[in-house]
Amino acid sequence: MRTVLVDYDSGNLHSARKAFERMARETDAGEILVSSRPEDVVRADRVVLPGDGAFPACRRGLKGFDGLEGALLEAIGPRALPFLGICVGMQMLASKGREYEEVAGFDVIPGTVKRIVPSDPALKVPHMGWNDLVVTEAHPVLDGVATGDHAYFVHSYQMSVDTPSDRLAHVEYGGDVTAIVARGNVVGTQFHPEKSQRTGLRLIANFLRWAP
Amino acid sequence: MLKTRIIPCLDVADGRVVKGVNFVDLRDAGDPVESARAYDAAGADELCFLDIHATHENRGTMYDLVTRTAEACFMPLTIGGGVRTVENVRDLLLAGADKVSFNSAAVADPDVLARAADKFGSQCIVCAIDARTVAPDKWEIFTHGGRRKTGIDAVAFARLAAERGAGEILLTSMDRDGTKAGFNLPLTRAVADALPIPVIASGGVGTLDHLVAGVTEGRASAVLAASIFHFGTHTIAEAKAHMAAAGIPMRME
Repeated sequence: MRTVLVDYDSGNLHSARKAFERMARETDAGEILVSSRPEDVVRADRVVLPGDGAFPACRRGLKGFDGLEGALLEAIGPRALPFLGICVGMQMLASKGREYEEVAGFDVIPGTVKRIVPSDPALKVPHMGWNDLVVTEAHPVLDGVATGDHAYFVHSYQMSVDTPSDRLAHVEYGGDVTAIVARGNVVGTQFHPEKSQRTGLRLIANFLRWAP
Repeated sequence: MLKTRIIPCLDVADGRVVKGVNFVDLRDAGDPVESARAYDAAGADELCFLDIHATHENRGTMYDLVTRTAEACFMPLTIGGGVRTVENVRDLLLAGADKVSFNSAAVADPDVLARAADKFGSQCIVCAIDARTVAPDKWEIFTHGGRRKTGIDAVAFARLAAERGAGEILLTSMDRDGTKAGFNLPLTRAVADALPIPVIASGGVGTLDHLVAGVTEGRASAVLAASIFHFGTHTIAEAKAHMAAAGIPMRME
């Protein structure tokens, strides 16, 4: 069993790799491989797509690696592998992003990525820190994760889904902010499970065991 | 609801914690990794390492330390001290830092914030500002560990740093640092109110009420403290319970 963490020069994969390695040991989930090579994605049993920074920069970053995006779409679609997007890696699952410019996403989970505009103008953007989840849909990846559990967020844009049941959890920040999305073999977290202590490690373990 | 963060800060020199952390169950008070693990278990919301010597020669020690800490702790880790270039940021992020803090280098060249934020995203770029009161309701930036006067207005510079791409401001009052007299609340409030990004209050915490005031009066998004935690005066849990009792939303798990 091999889980590939996709490295396309978007931020820091060190903490993600360490968190996945630890939970893979604990759940006997095999090997964690950090790679930018499409052939590694093709040979993967599970795929994790992280992403920090801006949506257009992440899309351009992916395109900078020949064949990588094709291999990811293949993994998500025809091969239907368990797939986890983190932060901008989740946002790229949407239909389109509106950060600086309108950029197409993978359109796996119909929805749009837009700037957070809290109803209370005193609330800061980025939304940075620990916020408590409101879980609205059950999912195997959320086993043992409940409403009230905290996760670590850092982002200025958020994903709104067209189909309400695609959203599993949200947080309150001057309005609803999407925290977890899922459809079929794909799941995404706006927060960073690798920095979210107990709750995040639990979600990672669940993902490594998940057989959609 | 977003919670107010408590961030313990460890001063590190040559791979060791300066002054040491006085936890009862700590075998080696000078080992930053062991201290980090203890704070992780104690429920700290983030951790900050400040490399107080930050010479070119001891860089490697810091990278190694960051790597070992990131392996042990699954919470955000900010590294500051001697960060000058985009390359420094890259090396620290690769070592395992989640955020990197500029200080003097950003005052000398604010565009370094923009270059770093363009490359890695604002979410991982912190601008540390050391300010000193020069007149009532007037604060100036001091660099090089608070020794060098710049004549630059702290609030105006904080605004500039946010515009250039800093995702967060770590604001230290040099008047209060080490005094245990509490945060400089007018300074904290002036900066927090002027900026769209989060401000971390730092410098002067001596009691748990000081932490409360930093948020309620200073309007900080997070509070940073060193000695009240390191010396075992208070635990993170006590601090959180005290702040929660004062009506501040805290993460209690």
